Amino acid sequence: MINHNSDTDVLTVDSLGKKVSSPEGSLTILEDVSFSVAGGETVAVVGPSGAGKSTLLALMAGLDTPSSGTVRLLGQDIGGLSEDGRAELRAGNVGFVFQSFHLLPSLTAIENVMLPLELAGNERAADAAATVLGEVGLSERLRHYPRQLSGGEQQRVAIARAFVTRPAILFADEPTGNLDGATGARIIELLFRLNEAAHTTLVLVTHDENLASGCRRRLLLGDGRLVGDEVAA
Amino acid sequence: MSALRLAFSALLRDWRSGELMTLLAALIIGVTALSAVSMFTSRITVAVQRQAGEVLAADLVWRSGRPASAELRASAADFNLKTANVSSFPSMAWAGDEGSLAEVRAVDDAYPLRGTILVADKLFGESSATNAVPRSGEAWAEARLLARLGLEPGDTLRLGELDLVVGRVLERLPDQGFQFVDLAPTLLVNQADIGPSGLLGPGSRVTYRLLFSGEPADIAGFRSELEPLLEAGERLRGLEDVRPEIGVALKRAEQFLGLSALVSVMICAIAIAMAARRYAQRHLDTAALMKCLGASQRKILTLGLWQLGAIALIGGIVGTLLAYFAQALLAQVLSDMVGGNLPLPSAASLWLGPFTALAMILAFALPPLAQLRRVPPIRVLRKDVAPSPALFLAYLSAGAGIVLMLLAVLRETSMVLLSALALAGTLAVLYVCGWVLVYALRSVRGSGGAAWRYGLANLARRRRESVVQLVAFGLGLMVLLLLSVVRGDLLAAWQATLPADAPNNFLINIQPPEREALSAVFERHGVERPQYWPLVRARLAAINGVAARDIGDVSERGRRFLEREANLSWSDRLQIGNRLADGVWWDEDGQPPGVSVEVEFAEALGLALGDELRFDVAGEPVTGVVTSFRVVEWDSFRPNFFMVLSPGLLPEEAGTFISSAHVPGDQRQLFVDVARELPGVTVFDMEALLGQVRGVMDKAALAVQIVFLFTLAAGVVVLLAAVQASLGERRYEAAMLRTLGARRSLVLRAIATEFVVVGMLAGLLGAIGAGVAGAALASRVFELEYAGSGNLALVGLVAGALLVGVSGTLAARSAVQQPPVTVLRE
Repeated sequence: MINHNSDTDVLTVDSLGKKVSSPEGSLTILEDVSFSVAGGETVAVVGPSGAGKSTLLALMAGLDTPSSGTVRLLGQDIGGLSEDGRAELRAGNVGFVFQSFHLLPSLTAIENVMLPLELAGNERAADAAATVLGEVGLSERLRHYPRQLSGGEQQRVAIARAFVTRPAILFADEPTGNLDGATGARIIELLFRLNEAAHTTLVLVTHDENLASGCRRRLLLGDGRLVGDEVAA
Repeated sequence: MSALRLAFSALLRDWRSGELMTLLAALIIGVTALSAVSMFTSRITVAVQRQAGEVLAADLVWRSGRPASAELRASAADFNLKTANVSSFPSMAWAGDEGSLAEVRAVDDAYPLRGTILVADKLFGESSATNAVPRSGEAWAEARLLARLGLEPGDTLRLGELDLVVGRVLERLPDQGFQFVDLAPTLLVNQADIGPSGLLGPGSRVTYRLLFSGEPADIAGFRSELEPLLEAGERLRGLEDVRPEIGVALKRAEQFLGLSALVSVMICAIAIAMAARRYAQRHLDTAALMKCLGASQRKILTLGLWQLGAIALIGGIVGTLLAYFAQALLAQVLSDMVGGNLPLPSAASLWLGPFTALAMILAFALPPLAQLRRVPPIRVLRKDVAPSPALFLAYLSAGAGIVLMLLAVLRETSMVLLSALALAGTLAVLYVCGWVLVYALRSVRGSGGAAWRYGLANLARRRRESVVQLVAFGLGLMVLLLLSVVRGDLLAAWQATLPADAPNNFLINIQPPEREALSAVFERHGVERPQYWPLVRARLAAINGVAARDIGDVSERGRRFLEREANLSWSDRLQIGNRLADGVWWDEDGQPPGVSVEVEFAEALGLALGDELRFDVAGEPVTGVVTSFRVVEWDSFRPNFFMVLSPGLLPEEAGTFISSAHVPGDQRQLFVDVARELPGVTVFDMEALLGQVRGVMDKAALAVQIVFLFTLAAGVVVLLAAVQASLGERRYEAAMLRTLGARRSLVLRAIATEFVVVGMLAGLLGAIGAGVAGAALASRVFELEYAGSGNLALVGLVAGALLVGVSGTLAARSAVQQPPVTVLRE
């Protein structure tokens, strides 16, 4: 695991741009986006639909490659890495929480949480997974399959999976988007509580005002450009 | 955690969730069908060969002018072969002062190793089969010999210094053979009597035979060890050297079984390919997520490889076990019909299952797996992102897989290449036709109701998938039609080559003036007058002026042709069952004069049109130019000749006539009259040989029917699986439509329209394919007359509509009946 502290930048985005080809010609999704995120920071990326939030998230996490500009994640220029290199960088260091949970339906709750540890070669995956599932309040649900869990419970499993490797940075894509208000609120509370305890850097993309207001910093995207960068007092 | 452990826990999870079931089921069905067919075929083939072995009374025969050495016997024992001794020599048999030349054949108690001896208790009486041989002091004589000596069973004849009691009338020995020459009648005696008879001394013209039988592998091993050690005058004769009638039947039987096995290979290939594709597609999300969580491409590939390896192992073992039980059950059920115990399946056929499973998995699942490796991790955010399929790799590896499996089943490179090319061609044609048909559908969209319009619109919109489905269903239906309709026609065409009134007797040594008298005997018994063919014994003395003994560059078979006397005939017209392969036949006046040569004979001697052949006919030279080549139906049971000359070339007085006729069983008295009135004419009863060929045919037909059932079951399962595979998207659309207010019945009718139309189009394509393939098989492979089936297209349309339409609609019904929200939430 890569060491980090709150004084160094965990993530640096410089002049980032993304274009895709479409039937109507080249389409610009992101243009000239630059910012840095320091260790331990909590950042909400907000903006209207189609502003390029999810694309930005994918580029920051190395899930996609930019058309221009650079992304430095945990001290590494991910543009210079192969796909396998980026995967290796993510393994154990980067956590994800998705809007549609993305749990593997054929795996039980504990198996889903064990997966990133297993991929990182951790021998004591089961113990660690059980502990984190206890932390999210699902000790009684270890052997349940995703289809046997409610939406909120599934997202708790996903959060446990994200935190189980004690990642340096956690990306979340609309984590409350598929949940009702009350459940969403409990998930928000859980996310921030775990984040605080683990000192993880948190970058989340959201429409949810409640969720965004919990973050110390807000990056506002509009039409593919960074149009605001506010830090809460 | 090692990749292996991770792979197996993933596999276990896939198993629990049912994800693995489709692929494993397809694999097991494939392996079971292929292995069962292969095991059963190998057993039947050996059984059929054994039947053919009856013509030799053994599996292998050694022949020499000297007795077999102790080493030879010891070597046979080493290979666990059974042996029987036969020695034969010409000698005079006497009844009082009446003497007649007989071919004495002395056998031991082990004779015959294969087949049975046909005997009767009185002259031309009811014949029965036996495995016994004459006891010491007893002799069984052919009717001709008894007629010449004026003896009946129970009388005594003298052979050398021995008096032997005539025990039975010898009708036919299994290995009696048959040539167009007047051999002396056979007298069968016990080997133990030869010493006391005092007939054999130094310089006697004795032919010694040692007969062998055993497992095919042992026979082959023994033969390959023995062959290089053969000395001059020693000859080995195996099953491949048997009568052409049996040889042709055997070859066709193997071809029919091979075809069925081939079809099962293709069916299985389709099943595995579809299941593997589905398996990979269902794992795209998992692979993307794992990459997101830090798995490398290599790790994903390694995981997949371990999983596929385990699936192949399980599928191979389970499939082989199931196949073993299936074919054992089958053999048990059929033991009466196939006659006695079948030999056990060969060890090689047990390996086929696991090998097939591995090859199938590698060939069909590896390309989709490689695709998994390349799935971009961003798929977790955007479902529409999927790696482009590696089509070239997929086609290449699927092609290699099919060729491998064909090799395992057919073992003949040319056949494999031909089949693979035919399959590739068929796929290409199906694909193009599929595009054209889907395109043509657009013009009929305007008519009909909403369901019809929506169903057809779906076909046109998912053009690519529709074409792929058309090809898959079309190929499946083609194979089923080929097996059901065309197979029946081909088998019928084969059986028609031997009608119930096929000639069952040959009459030889008919002097030209005797023809009228012989025909009169036939007419008296109400049997159709026989046809006569001239026959002249001659030696091929020279080709293009080079004497036969000086011709060096000829095959082993050609050498044998040169060494022995040939049967020549002349004719003004081409015989029934013969067709010209090259050159021209002479006109009614016999112009231009020449020789028409059978193609295989010509090949063995390297003959070309225009070559000059010189024959030695009883010391007189006769010269003719090769003017044509003929293909001959050797299994027609009519006299056939390697060389036919134009009328006028051969001296008419040099030859005799031969004839073949069908004489019903209740008219056998006819032959007593022939023996009495025309003592010079020899009758050969071909009934036994005819029976042997019919036996081969019937066994092959039965086996093909059984194999067909196997393949049919596999084929139907594949079609159903294809329907299932195409269901996912339809379920989603049906749910959407219902959400938008469409009634359930409308949605179901739209889906039914789609499946029925796809099924009918596929059925039509399949019928055309099956018709073409059937005609090609008939003419190129089986060399049979195939008229084709007029209603094939109709059968195809109906079968397609029913199989695809009904099963698709039924499968979709459950989806339509679910509340839309359940489907949309998935």
